[in-house]
Amino acid sequence: MISRILASAAEGEAAPNPLLPSSYDLLWSSVVFVILLAFFWFKVLPNFKKTLDDRTQAIEGRLEAAEKAQAEAAAKTANIEAEQAAARAEAAEIREAARAEGAVILAELKEQASAEAARLTATAKAQIEAERQAALISLRAEVGTLAIDLASSVVGASLQNDKIASSVVDQFLADLESAGKKN
Amino acid sequence: MEFYPEVVAFAGTPFALNRIMLIRLVVLALLVLVFALWTAKFQKATKTQNFVPGKFQLMGEISLNFVRKSIAHDQLGEKDGDRFLPLLTTIFFVTLGMNITGIIPGFNIAGTSVIGLPIVMAVAAYVTFIYAGIKKHGGHFFTSALFPAGVPKAFLILVTPIEFLSTFILRPVTLALRLTMNMIAGHLLLVLCFSATQFFLFNADGAFKLFGAGTFAFGFAFTLFEMLVAFLQAYVFTLLTTVYIQLALSDEH
Repeated sequence: MISRILASAAEGEAAPNPLLPSSYDLLWSSVVFVILLAFFWFKVLPNFKKTLDDRTQAIEGRLEAAEKAQAEAAAKTANIEAEQAAARAEAAEIREAARAEGAVILAELKEQASAEAARLTATAKAQIEAERQAALISLRAEVGTLAIDLASSVVGASLQNDKIASSVVDQFLADLESAGKKN
Repeated sequence: MEFYPEVVAFAGTPFALNRIMLIRLVVLALLVLVFALWTAKFQKATKTQNFVPGKFQLMGEISLNFVRKSIAHDQLGEKDGDRFLPLLTTIFFVTLGMNITGIIPGFNIAGTSVIGLPIVMAVAAYVTFIYAGIKKHGGHFFTSALFPAGVPKAFLILVTPIEFLSTFILRPVTLALRLTMNMIAGHLLLVLCFSATQFFLFNADGAFKLFGAGTFAFGFAFTLFEMLVAFLQAYVFTLLTTVYIQLALSDEH
């Protein structure tokens, strides 16, 4: 190459100025440049941008969806907790009501029992009274007879008259009763 | 010279094809192929609503996002960054693709090492930042660019020509020249190293053959360096275009 340059220089052949473009150089440069400019402008970059935009959108969308899901889950948890609390409160209420009802029933039963007891006591008292009356009557009759028998045997036949005898007995019993009352 | 190889077709017309023009067309085809595959992946992902990118798709996203996020959005903000993204993306990947052919065996010369392509891209950047300024500020764009606020009137005689030169002439010229010269210099360095290696190994006698190992090591190092330069120049070209647009859009120039 060097020898060629030297040779051409020796022959006085002017080497082309590297700063001045030849027409074919400019033409092919423009062809290459314009084709690539159009290619990048209308084909490569729009698709590239679309891909990037779609990706950005997808990532944002997914983040949003994840946030939404998280919020939903949180809301659900809160709901469940609230339900649990409500259920617990309800259970406590029911328990409380049951306790109160139990107390009422117990009181009722107690009352019934005491009423029953009072009734039984009253019945027993009445019965006892009736029996006492009956005993008193039969005792009175018996005591009268016994007393008459005793008096008859003491006084003899003089007291055979029933009319006198019964008046004597009545008199005696009246005295007895009044004595009992004084006591 | 290697920058003006033999014309292989359409000689004498503006459609003349030489080795470098063919390399550009190959790079064009490769860029279209790779990005068409990535685009197909994007379309498929959109269609199937699959939001988890695969490895291949992720590589495409990282590449495109490098320009989109690290250059456009950082300098211009999201709205204006997306507005000018087609130009910036094209400039970046064209420059990168064309630069990298300088170290690919078989190609061995950068598609950007003849000035036509850098000029076309610089003109595109130039037109775009002027368009951005006029769209945003109308005619005020030129007055505020040429007559900076806060400069005493007397100094304007000095400042205005300087501003005009730096903003409207030097910006596109430096954009194109920086790229071309980097690629030409890189190519010359590699040619020098590897032709020296060839010479020392096969034409030199005895101990001189050892020099060949040294020059080969240098050639290897410069190849790695050119890899960096290819990326860096693409980044610088794109970043400067973005900065020019940003300056045109900002309220004070």
